[in-house]
Amino acid sequence: MDLYVHPRFEVLRSEKKCICCRVCERQCANGAHGYDESAGTMESYDEKCVNCHRCVALCPTKALKIAETSHSFRQNANWSGHTIQELYLQANTGGVLLSSMGNPRPLPSYFDRILLNASQVTNPSIDPLREPMETRTFLGKKNQTVTRDTRGRLKDNMGAQLELRAPIMFSAMSLGSISYNAHASLANAARELGIFYNCGEGGLHKDFYKYGPNTIVQVASGRFGVHQPYLMAGAAVEIKMGQGAKPGIGGHLPGHKNMGQIAATRMTPEGSDAISPAPHHDIYSIEDLRQLVYSLKEATGNTKPIIVKIAAVHNVAAIASGVARSGADIIAIDGFRGGTGAAPTRIRDNVGIPIELALASVDQKLRDEGIRSDVSLVVGGSIRSSTDWVKAIALGADACYIATGALLALGCHLCRSCHTNLCNWGIATQRPDLVRRLNPEIGAEHLVNLIKAWQHELREIMGGMGINSVEALRGNRLMLRGVGMTREELDILGIKHAGL
Amino acid sequence: MLKEGQVRIPSGCAIAGVFSRSGERMPGGDIIRSIEVMHDRSNGLGGGFAGYGIYPEFPDYYAFHLFYDDPVCQRNCENYLERRFSIISFGEIPTTKVPSIMDEPLIYRYFLLPLPDKLRASQRSVEEYVSHCALSINEKIDGAFVFSSGKNMGVFKASGFPEDVGRFYRLDTYAGYSWTAHGRYPTNTPGWWGGAHPFGLLDLSVVHNGEISSYDANRRFLEMFGYKHSLQTDTEAITYIVDYLHRKMGLSLQETADVMAAPFWVSIKNLPADQREYYTYLRKRFGSLLVTGPFSIILGYAGGMMILGDRLKLRSMVCGDHGDRFYAASEECAIRAICPEIEDVWSPDAGQPVIVELA
Ligand code: SF4
Ligand code: SF4
Ligand code: SF4
Repeated sequence: MDLYVHPRFEVLRSEKKCICCRVCERQCANGAHGYDESAGTMESYDEKCVNCHRCVALCPTKALKIAETSHSFRQNANWSGHTIQELYLQANTGGVLLSSMGNPRPLPSYFDRILLNASQVTNPSIDPLREPMETRTFLGKKNQTVTRDTRGRLKDNMGAQLELRAPIMFSAMSLGSISYNAHASLANAARELGIFYNCGEGGLHKDFYKYGPNTIVQVASGRFGVHQPYLMAGAAVEIKMGQGAKPGIGGHLPGHKNMGQIAATRMTPEGSDAISPAPHHDIYSIEDLRQLVYSLKEATGNTKPIIVKIAAVHNVAAIASGVARSGADIIAIDGFRGGTGAAPTRIRDNVGIPIELALASVDQKLRDEGIRSDVSLVVGGSIRSSTDWVKAIALGADACYIATGALLALGCHLCRSCHTNLCNWGIATQRPDLVRRLNPEIGAEHLVNLIKAWQHELREIMGGMGINSVEALRGNRLMLRGVGMTREELDILGIKHAGL
Repeated sequence: MLKEGQVRIPSGCAIAGVFSRSGERMPGGDIIRSIEVMHDRSNGLGGGFAGYGIYPEFPDYYAFHLFYDDPVCQRNCENYLERRFSIISFGEIPTTKVPSIMDEPLIYRYFLLPLPDKLRASQRSVEEYVSHCALSINEKIDGAFVFSSGKNMGVFKASGFPEDVGRFYRLDTYAGYSWTAHGRYPTNTPGWWGGAHPFGLLDLSVVHNGEISSYDANRRFLEMFGYKHSLQTDTEAITYIVDYLHRKMGLSLQETADVMAAPFWVSIKNLPADQREYYTYLRKRFGSLLVTGPFSIILGYAGGMMILGDRLKLRSMVCGDHGDRFYAASEECAIRAICPEIEDVWSPDAGQPVIVELA
């Protein structure tokens, strides 16, 4: 007999309010609601609930809420109830624990302990409602020698660059891990915002080629869906070396999500697990990476900047310095809080380092070596608000990548069950009836609203600092102060403590 | 107490400049009177001047002006100089006692040429070699500070009101075709002489009024190219920006100004195609050297002077033309003080450089 695992959540239904309309039953793909024909009452199956709030949001009489169970084990500071239950699960199944989205553990957030500056007296703040406040950003190499034509005029010899209306992009989420409608929302929003979305490692659906000028196409170790027209379709090509949620292992698309158009776009057999190898089998060292970078440049006729995405691991500064010398135009760094559609829980929760520290040390290292202009830096791995974004830029990022935040704008409730294909919000699922729940037009509108709101806040904060162009914020660490940090933390971040 | 350079001190200021296009050499007394009328824009914690064409007897030698804390520092520094340069002439810079100026350091001047074999061995250009030595002394030799290192020009500065500083250095005994002046209003300062302005590097000198908000972005970019910000001042950062763009990258001064005070994208958008490409290229390539926040500067260099204000015009600057003379100052009164009959007085547009050079 299996060890007993108590349900994590309780579905609480107010008998008084419920009118037995059975909406919740139809909405819950997890089957946590049922109807007892004979008694004429609703039933709940707590063990199936993942706390995604779909039923709660759609119940017409607001009769539902979900609570974390109060059922408890005997108090033990070392063995939490959660840990015990996970152990039971493994004893029952012999399997690796799987989960999705970002690391939920209560580890320190450095962003939360960094405070921003504003002008007073000695220099004026700038009013973003009255003065231009510039956020346009170019990503790519900026180390070319100055050249002139025969008439002595400066020549633009900078090669391919990504031009962003604001320094933010949607980071890689493959078609397969998320739905067609989610991709359509991201692509549309990116186009409207003058930024980029990243199609991830599952190839590019034929319907989305038209968004090419706002698309970054990815090449990962599985090489799913990679061919010449694919490489040429996007504005940039990203080589995925690692991902913050699961450094050291490749992408996982469970077979039940790899169906129909998804499998066709990936060029894989339907229903087969699409597992990217942990390493790229043609990259066992930095010189191999260089070859891939240059192969991709050649394949695209030098018309696309090449991004190399790495996970923030212990030695990230030295790794980034190697990548910067490998011909990459842009380095994307993904912090340990970054999300995923499916990852082994233990890896997600224990491997990698915070993006704030990774970014600060990479930026400084590249400067110490005089090669910071050889690459642009893009960081992701839990940029949750405009202030995380501002702080990342002031620490030295050229732009930020967001993914979890973008999914939240599409309706995600962070239930962390993306790997089950049962996303009730139509995002991380391929079941047609569920995918239909996400309207791509409304999705795009929410994404556009979110980024516009953040842009307003960015402008407001920059204006307060007396900065009217985002280039002057980039790497401007004097605008940051730490609170409650040790000397060592401050040194790594390259900032002063508040009060100094 | 921490010295300037160990702590970053914001300040307000007065600046002034006068230039003779025909190269007529003007005694330093005029510029003193010009900066003096703006007395209230300084607070007695720093004043200084730069004069060009003032050493006609040694026009081809690098004139180093140095502050020393004591004779030991001086000995160390002179050892350093002797190993790298032939010293054609040296001596104390003549000064007069002025009641308000006290605690002066030892102030010396050297006329130098790099030793040819040392220069060859360094594999640097002459200018690189000289500026490297100047920056190294400031960084490495305790109690020694090079505050002027150009040819046929000199910076003179001290802790005090600028007019007192000018008299202290007896500027009316020098004559030059170009003068700039600075009076400082630091919000707090240890009153260290090296922290006064102008800031000089080779023949570049900068006087600046403002507090730039892009300072750390600019500084951290420049540090990649060996510019160590030993004073942590805006003026130092601005001087290095000009040195990097103009001398090292070969941009013209107009191009340099277009990087530092780039037009807004909304303006660039409406320009003719070739101009649009020009500005877009500069912003793309040198965005890290965009300067934001209030500033107005007078940049002196061999044979010319450039005036530049920030792209929102957050700091005052007035220019004037009268015959062969060009004037610039934070306030018009500073120009009228030395040229009462002037008619042609105007304020340059935001971000637009005014460049005057010897005819
Ligand atoms: S949706 Fe609400 S009202 Fe309808 S059956 Fe469920 S709980 Fe009752
Ligand atoms: S899984 Fe979601 S829809 Fe189903 S009961 Fe729980 S909260 Fe409601
Ligand atoms: S995408 Fe869907 S399944 Fe994944 S966390 Fe969000 S709501 Fe849950």
